[in-house]
Amino acid sequence: MSSALVIIALFTAFALFLGLRAKRGHDMSLEQWTVGGRSFGTAFVFLLMAGEIYTTFTFLGGSGFAYGKGAPVYYILAYGSLAYILSYWMLPPIWRFAKAQRLISQPHFFSRKYDSPALGVLVALVGVAALIPYLVLQLKGLGIIVATTSYGVISSTSAVWIGAAVVTCYVIVSGVRGSAWNSVVKDTLILAIVLFLGIYLPIHYYGGLSDMFHTINAAKPGFLTFPAKGSSVAWFQSTVLLTALGFFMWPHTFGSVFTAKDERIFRRNAIVLPLYQLILLFVFFVGFAAVLKVPGLKGGDIDLSLFRLSLQTFDPWFVGVIGGAGVLTALVPGSMILNTASTLLANDVYRGMLKRDATDDSVKKLARILVPVVALVAVTFTLRGGETIVALLLMGYSFVTQLFPAMVCSLAPHNRATKQGAFCGILAGVAVVAVTTLMHISMGQLFPFLPDAAKDVNIGFVALALNIIVFVLVSAVTQPRASGQQPAHTQAH
Amino acid sequence: MFLRILAALPFIGILLGVPFVNRVEPLVLGMPFVLAWIVLWVILISIIMAIVYRFDPTNRQTAVDTEEARS
Repeated sequence: MSSALVIIALFTAFALFLGLRAKRGHDMSLEQWTVGGRSFGTAFVFLLMAGEIYTTFTFLGGSGFAYGKGAPVYYILAYGSLAYILSYWMLPPIWRFAKAQRLISQPHFFSRKYDSPALGVLVALVGVAALIPYLVLQLKGLGIIVATTSYGVISSTSAVWIGAAVVTCYVIVSGVRGSAWNSVVKDTLILAIVLFLGIYLPIHYYGGLSDMFHTINAAKPGFLTFPAKGSSVAWFQSTVLLTALGFFMWPHTFGSVFTAKDERIFRRNAIVLPLYQLILLFVFFVGFAAVLKVPGLKGGDIDLSLFRLSLQTFDPWFVGVIGGAGVLTALVPGSMILNTASTLLANDVYRGMLKRDATDDSVKKLARILVPVVALVAVTFTLRGGETIVALLLMGYSFVTQLFPAMVCSLAPHNRATKQGAFCGILAGVAVVAVTTLMHISMGQLFPFLPDAAKDVNIGFVALALNIIVFVLVSAVTQPRASGQQPAHTQAH
Repeated sequence: MFLRILAALPFIGILLGVPFVNRVEPLVLGMPFVLAWIVLWVILISIIMAIVYRFDPTNRQTAVDTEEARS
């Protein structure tokens, strides 16, 4: 057993311990379990939201994307920051409504706003469909980390199983409180490690940042700027806009809004969170440093670049520390996702559609039973799939972004959109995403007559456009008679 | 209104600006120019949001509310 593996095992045990301990002193009612009793202050909400930034997606996916694709990785830095601008105006009204109505989940929000349980069920299903790839990518990352740092002793298959078991345990016991406490540890650790690697590796291998980028630019011209085709500037623009709109539409991010104890927390966080994004730069630097030092990783293997370079550079014990931090970046978001997915299924699909009069207690019980089921589904997909981490996330984003139009309209004081409109719009958008993803269709294949720039537009964008058109048309057709007297145009918010 | 226009600037800077700065040289702080451009905007977003927070009348309103609720 290598020292790296011992250290990673200690980290995992510690995460489990913190997760289990977090429930102390709190009676785990449904509201406690899902939204922490709406009692979290600025720091906790900050960490839950920042949790989105430091998942294995950024740690391994970010460096892997920089390594494999180069410049397109810059998009990760841009979209979150733009999303925080939107959050300043968008989150406070969502929070107010959620508090007044004692909401515990995102579909709950939609079904109350549009007074339609069916819409709630649809939103829940879309949420779960997006969360599964997100969970898969965390488990995939976990597998990579443990398999690499055990120097082959533990296969990535068994690593995925162990990781899934740990997350399942502490989600069942302490719900969102377990995630919040582990976030504190995870963010501190990952911050230190990413800063260190991002500064040390370029200096160690190239003599400095400028030297590194000069060398890469000479060896691979065009790698550091957006290419003319493929992941071009048009791809960047459409992807950044799409993911910025979708950022808060993730069920678990939306849910973390409910945990706040007052609404100014969001406005204050909008100032600090963009700066926090800058840590991503150092993740990119690691990926770029790997480009010329561990060449040859292809396809899904690009996600390995950070660890391959670390193995080559550091002693096993330090690889263990990096791996331990990496395990946390998979476990903490993984637990939030798992928690959310099972709550959606129990509260919004089961109570929303099958048994309207279910009590909080039975919903909570069912949610806990569903935790291992969801975990199992994700493990199955993890062991089969071959997509890269970033590809998986972008697919999830295309799904959740479809909820944006209906959500924004519902915040307007006089919402003219109807539940039928919202339902059909979301359905149309999701259908386009599902079909194009499953059949691997790009804009270019769909519309071969378009100019090159338009061919690179993210396909999720087409889905969103269709969604909005259907949303507006169906809403117009299904206007209730009584509202005929109201002013013709929609009130701007 | 002014605050919202201010908050719209980063969208313009990042989404519409990038096609014009899509090059490596000159490196800024050791980073390719296009990356440095995005980083600049991320920092500006933070500054802009601080200004918005400072001048947004809603925050003064809520501050009063919170104190009333406490007392």
